[in-house]
Amino acid sequence: MQEPSIPDIVQLIPLKSYLILSTALFVIGILGVLIRRNAIVIFMSVELMLNSVNLILIAFSSYKSDPSGQVFVFFIMAVAAAEVAVGLAIIVMIYRNTRTIDVGFLNKLKG
Amino acid sequence: MPITLLILIPLLPLIGFLINGIGFRHIPKGAAGLIGSLAALGSFAASVAVLFAFKEGGSQPMVVSLFDWIRVGELNIPFSFQIDQLSLLMLMIITGVGSLIHIYSIGYMKHDPGFGKFFSFLNLFLFFMLLLVLGSNYVIMFIGWEGVGLCSYLLIGFWNKNTDFNNAARKAFIMNRVGDLGFLLGIFMIMNAFGTVEYTEVFRQATGLPVGDHVVFAITMLLFVGAMGKSAQIPLYTWLPDAMAGPTPVSALIHAATMVTAGIYMVIRSNVLYTLAPQTLEIVAVVGAVTALFAASIGLLQNDIKKVLAYSTVSQLGYMFLGLGVMAYSASMFHVITHAFFKALLFLGAGSVIHAMSDEQDIRFMGGLRKKLPITFITFAIATWAIAGLPPFAGFFSKDEILAHAFEHNKLLWGIGLLGSAMTSFYMFRLLFLTFFGSFRGTPEQAHHLHESPASMTIPLIILAILSALGGFIGVPEALGGTHQLAEFMSPLFDAARQANPEAFGVLALSHSEEYILMGVSVGVALIAGVVAYVMYISKSAVPAPESEARTGVENVVYHKYYIDELYDTVFVKPMKTLSVLLVSFGEFFIDLFVEGTGKLVKGLANLGRQTQTGSIAYYVFAMVVGIVVILFWNLLLK
Repeated sequence: MQEPSIPDIVQLIPLKSYLILSTALFVIGILGVLIRRNAIVIFMSVELMLNSVNLILIAFSSYKSDPSGQVFVFFIMAVAAAEVAVGLAIIVMIYRNTRTIDVGFLNKLKG
Repeated sequence: MPITLLILIPLLPLIGFLINGIGFRHIPKGAAGLIGSLAALGSFAASVAVLFAFKEGGSQPMVVSLFDWIRVGELNIPFSFQIDQLSLLMLMIITGVGSLIHIYSIGYMKHDPGFGKFFSFLNLFLFFMLLLVLGSNYVIMFIGWEGVGLCSYLLIGFWNKNTDFNNAARKAFIMNRVGDLGFLLGIFMIMNAFGTVEYTEVFRQATGLPVGDHVVFAITMLLFVGAMGKSAQIPLYTWLPDAMAGPTPVSALIHAATMVTAGIYMVIRSNVLYTLAPQTLEIVAVVGAVTALFAASIGLLQNDIKKVLAYSTVSQLGYMFLGLGVMAYSASMFHVITHAFFKALLFLGAGSVIHAMSDEQDIRFMGGLRKKLPITFITFAIATWAIAGLPPFAGFFSKDEILAHAFEHNKLLWGIGLLGSAMTSFYMFRLLFLTFFGSFRGTPEQAHHLHESPASMTIPLIILAILSALGGFIGVPEALGGTHQLAEFMSPLFDAARQANPEAFGVLALSHSEEYILMGVSVGVALIAGVVAYVMYISKSAVPAPESEARTGVENVVYHKYYIDELYDTVFVKPMKTLSVLLVSFGEFFIDLFVEGTGKLVKGLANLGRQTQTGSIAYYVFAMVVGIVVILFWNLLLK
């Protein structure tokens, strides 16, 4: 089987860079989720993690000349959009009820 | 012999029990008393008919099998009745005296709300007692044995609203259980040794055994333990005086005339086994003699009319066992018969007195009753004369026969018996004098109520008085020109025993002159005791000290019945209670440990798990991340 050709423009940036960038974004996302208490910031961090994953999927897809990775990314973006809608709605409701979006105060789930 | 007639004997009281027992709230008093008494009388008539049929049929013992009852492997226990001299004699006592007491109860219990219940219990008692003496094997005897124990319990606690009476009933029941255990073990040993419980078969096999056989010794000792319980011998006698809590007719029927003689019946029935075990007989004789003396000495100072009679009963039962122990089986049976007459009469007379005295039982508050209750007085005096062993009334013949046999066997036992006999005479005359002579010591109100009892009560008294006076003539010894019909009648019962141990059955070796001397001595002793009582309670008109007065030394110990009840309480009852309390707390500890422990364990674990649910979202997220890291680590690196 013939090895698919990779466009030159893609090869200008090595795959390793994408991986580092994506890992950096993911770790920033995790740290954001773990450390920040503002619900919206946490939400943004989650989005950041999602996008870092998207980035890595696209990078591999390009380097492998396999479009299915990019198809996945479209799906993820669509689902993420829906999730943002729901998630933001929840946060708005939390704010309306408690007048705060600090997750430190949201400990009603305590056993 | 018509079998239906035989079956009717126990069946009639059972029917009476069922009618009165099921419908006792609906049957009017007159009808209930009539049904109960007719059942007893019918049973008596049937017994008489069977007796005549038996004599006509050549006095041959016969076993009437009703149906197969238990059949397990080799063991076969039929439900069958045995008719022979012994069961016939017992039948006559039980149904005869029983009928009289039923009739008496109509008058005595007239105002009691539990009238019907009382008659149904009496009939049930008769049924079980008849089963006891009619059965042809030890297991049927055991049914009757337990049944009369139950009826005894029910009737002692008949007035069950009084806690003391209930305690007395429980005491009787529990003490009897101790004896019953011995009896039951004895039956088991018989099954083991002989493979059957049928009297005829057991005794046929036993005649082949050597004298002093260990197994027979064990069997007879165990059976004797049963007899100790039922017949109130030392050490299991304390229930009988307490049993006087029951209505007086019950004391007369169950605790004087019939049930308590079941132990003697059982020993006579097993005479083959006992003859083969001379060691047991020694023990029986000693226990009997000691009981006779011991109980008589307690009776000397009692002030409750029924308690005196109760200790007297224990003492007389002791004489019967003394007779059994010296192998004077027919003399013991003779004493059972005469004792049934005069002791039933004494109890019924006491009942009549109590009835007249508005339920007063303390003789210190009686006195001078002979003018108000002439019939009761005369009959009571006859019974006293009879029990004191003075000729020519019944007690003289039977007691002297036992004492003569005891004399022949062992002089010491005779001496104990003689001393007891003097005491018997003393306490009985003391009772008679304090109750019927002197001046009245009760309240004016009681004096106003004094009246002779109705005919339904006095007629049984008169009949029993005649029997007490003449009953002795069925066993006039040869020394007095008689032929001793009773001993002759019972003689076939001991054929097997004679065959098994010929040496033990010597003819009474005493010469007539020796017998005269013995009779003279015992009559003299009884007379002297009577005279002493006369001097003390009539000439000096002494009255026993009231309860509050302090007593000293020996008198105090005897007055308190040698503190035997207290001793039993300390030795048996209290440790048992302590042990049960201990076991209860121990058991509760374990239940707590397992049941509550399980609950606590789950709760504790849950509490531990609850700690992880902090409610902090950051914590959850952190846990999630750690979880993901761990899973990835596991999947990517370790696999």
